Amino acid sequence: MSILEKDLTVKKATRQGFGDEIVEIGKENKDVYVIDVDIAKSCKTTDFIKELPNQHINVGIAEQNAAGLAAGLATTGKIPFVSTYAVFGSLRMAEQIRQEICYPNLNVKIACSHGGLTPANDGGSHQAIEDMGVLRSIPNMTVIMGADYYSTRKLVRQAAEIYGPVYLRFTRDTVPMIYGEDEEFTIGKAKKIKDGKDLAIIANGDTVHLAIQATKQLENEGISVKLLDMHTIKPIDREAVVECLGIGKIITVEDHNILNGLGSAVCEVVAEEGNGIVRRIGVQDQFGQSAPYEKLLELNGITVENIVSTAKNLVK
Amino acid sequence: MNNISVQKLKEKAIEMRQTAITMIHKAQSGHPGGSLSAADIMTALYFKEMKVDPENPNWEDRDRFVLSKGHVCPIQYAALALKGFVPYETIYTLREYGSPFQGHPDMKKCPGIDISTGSLGQGLSCGVGMAIAGKRDGKDYRVFSLIGDGECQEGQIWEAAQTAVKYQLDNLAVFVDNNRLQIDGFCDEIMPLQDLENKFAAFGFETKRIDGHSMEQIVETLDEIRDVKNGRPKCIVLDTVKGKGVSYMEDIADWHGVAPNNEEYQQAMAELAGGLK
Ligand SMILES: Cc1ncc(C[n+]2csc(CCOP(=O)(O)OP(=O)(O)O)c2C)c(N)n1
Ligand SMILES: [Mg+2]
Repeated sequence: MSILEKDLTVKKATRQGFGDEIVEIGKENKDVYVIDVDIAKSCKTTDFIKELPNQHINVGIAEQNAAGLAAGLATTGKIPFVSTYAVFGSLRMAEQIRQEICYPNLNVKIACSHGGLTPANDGGSHQAIEDMGVLRSIPNMTVIMGADYYSTRKLVRQAAEIYGPVYLRFTRDTVPMIYGEDEEFTIGKAKKIKDGKDLAIIANGDTVHLAIQATKQLENEGISVKLLDMHTIKPIDREAVVECLGIGKIITVEDHNILNGLGSAVCEVVAEEGNGIVRRIGVQDQFGQSAPYEKLLELNGITVENIVSTAKNLVK
Repeated sequence: MNNISVQKLKEKAIEMRQTAITMIHKAQSGHPGGSLSAADIMTALYFKEMKVDPENPNWEDRDRFVLSKGHVCPIQYAALALKGFVPYETIYTLREYGSPFQGHPDMKKCPGIDISTGSLGQGLSCGVGMAIAGKRDGKDYRVFSLIGDGECQEGQIWEAAQTAVKYQLDNLAVFVDNNRLQIDGFCDEIMPLQDLENKFAAFGFETKRIDGHSMEQIVETLDEIRDVKNGRPKCIVLDTVKGKGVSYMEDIADWHGVAPNNEEYQQAMAELAGGLK
């Protein structure tokens, strides 16, 4: 069955994908550790704590300490996953990540729930809209956001297998299950959901299902869409972006500030590699606020309707 | 300082709790446990101690309040609504689109909020800044800050504390809501804090530890510290119970950030109407 025909009403939060996969990984590899910072329940690491207490550390509400401690563990060959919310895992820990994890290129993973606008009613203070951009700017760091439950599980597993710092971002809220359990994903390689010739849409994370719905509408109206899930924004899959240059018209969609996230990463490749026009859909360089998640997306134009109308404008 | 009896303050503290729980119930989201443990000190500060003007929330000479543990803003919003900073009916908009009552305090959206908070550990430093400015500008306003016990695990709290001592901020009073719980469980299990009163004392604070649900002790302490200009910041450790006043929430970590359903809400309101046990 093509992904475009998937029933998008079945949903799970991608933070649950992390929680479920990390237990499996931890059981297989005793060097895999989870470092919690007093939010184990909402980061879904409670099963890990129960089953693998000797591979678990809770440092309390002390994110900077967690990052440094993880670096120390990594020097002894352990593979620590620091588990927190995206706003703290990117910004509160930013300098520790830079100095003690990325500078020495240590094997630490930062696994963050509450990515983007998904902690919607908590308000702007808790919505991480700049995290992927900040971490993309630090050498040695890999930056990933899976689109759904199963792809997140696959990407978490690979993050544990590759050497080096990785930032993984998950949704707080449930998002549609897009992929089957057996679908394969490779860090740094875009997932091609569909080929097309009039327009390319490149999305990631919790916006991929919106891009899928927009693609269906556009196809119905005779516009042929190539659709990519760019789960890894660093290293960006240059080859996949270059292939889109054959079409020359690209829309990026992300639940992140339009500055320095997926859209920016795509623009960098487009500017360097050839001719193309890119329209970025994402958070409009403004802080969030308390509101239903869908309302916040709407306030930023991160909607199926806006993807469709942007697409039509671009191809006409 | 307002003249208000201990008895009246106790009644206000019940109204504060009911207002906060109503907000959280209506929103079906928010943090009841730490709002209830903080209710008595918040009542005493807003209805007796602090020099604030609901008609002029940005008055230069007002006392400042910093809710460093910003997640319990429903109890601060309750105070602001009951004091008349905002119309009481607006409490029903907690966490809604366009509301002054954001999930965490937002100084740009809600009158009476002196600084936006929500990320633990950061607020106290802002309070220190306000207190230093008060000293430099020769103003006699005071700065009050409420911090969580779990929040004291953040290193920045101690950076702020040492600064308060260096700059002799006797215009700063820090209250620790020592409810012994954080999200994942008891602080003693997650990350023991040892004796917080002694820690602040070792940093150079003048300290006291009281029952944070005894309005008598709260008022007595506020009276004691009001005019002490001895060059030392004050820290009052309040022994409290998370969820205080609603039996099924008391001392239960799971009531940190969950809203009561209809039945639970009715029970909470009925129990609160009976006063604190
Ligand atoms: C920097 C930071 N880390 C984590 C959180 C998530 N968080 C919200 S409340 C809380 C527990 C707070 O415990 P405590 O300070 O004891 O407050 P109280 O018990 O009064 O609710 C945590 C970890 C946060 N808001 N900020
Ligand atoms: Mg506490």
